[in-house]
Amino acid sequence: MKLLIVDDSSIMRRAIQKYLDENRIEVVGTAGNGLEAIEVFKKTDPDLVTMDITMPEMDGLTCLQELLKIKPGTKIMVITALTDNATGLRALKLGARNFLGKPFTPEKLNEAFLKLIEGPKR
Amino acid sequence: MTDKELQVFLEGTVNYFHEVSGTPAAMGVPYIKETQDEVSLDLTGAIGISGNKKGVIYITCPSLMVKELVGIILGDGNPDSGSLCDMTGEIANTIAGNARQVFGANFMISVPIIIEGKPIHLKVAAPTFVIPITWRSHKSFLVVGIES
Repeated sequence: MKLLIVDDSSIMRRAIQKYLDENRIEVVGTAGNGLEAIEVFKKTDPDLVTMDITMPEMDGLTCLQELLKIKPGTKIMVITALTDNATGLRALKLGARNFLGKPFTPEKLNEAFLKLIEGPKR
Repeated sequence: MTDKELQVFLEGTVNYFHEVSGTPAAMGVPYIKETQDEVSLDLTGAIGISGNKKGVIYITCPSLMVKELVGIILGDGNPDSGSLCDMTGEIANTIAGNARQVFGANFMISVPIIIEGKPIHLKVAAPTFVIPITWRSHKSFLVVGIES
């Protein structure tokens, strides 16, 4: 599965890439803001996206909606420092499939990716 | 700002360092910053607050501390200056963002502003609280100035 990583912090983009031990996932692009993410998304056609919220140019929740207009089946996981319940709920209502708070450990990230790929357990 | 509100930032900072490195930060006794006090180390990450609260939060750190954090996260023992600035902004962003668990979704945070290697004179709402932080022998400060 192809992954696009969107975060305005280059440290976070590299951390997500480094921590990822799911061998079904190939990172096909990264972006530092929502506008850049739309461009990279169109070029790389990913199946999965990790999306920060607080970013310059275009925030993550606006970008998430734009990406889902382009490809509605995209599985988007919001990874953000905004860990309040209302923000999590809003992201899910807008179409995010999962929500992970910062800071995170490699274990939490990989658990979240598994949930993103496989969907909620019934 | 109430003691309970200040506690949110203390706990957020302890949690940040513990989650990222496995070593919690030790928090010193907070004090109120006098106007003439300069609380500024090598790298400073500042976040503007708007919405239901107004003010500024910043963390100011020695570069060796930030370098050690980058080393833990990325395994990069020799990060460049851009990475150190980025890391400093991310610490500030995470501590401020996590505070929404208590202050709610109308506690709006800006993208980080990074100040490198010079004294800072940010206009911060009085009273401004300075919280000393010790993590793995590195001393840094969290400065919180939010209007009541």
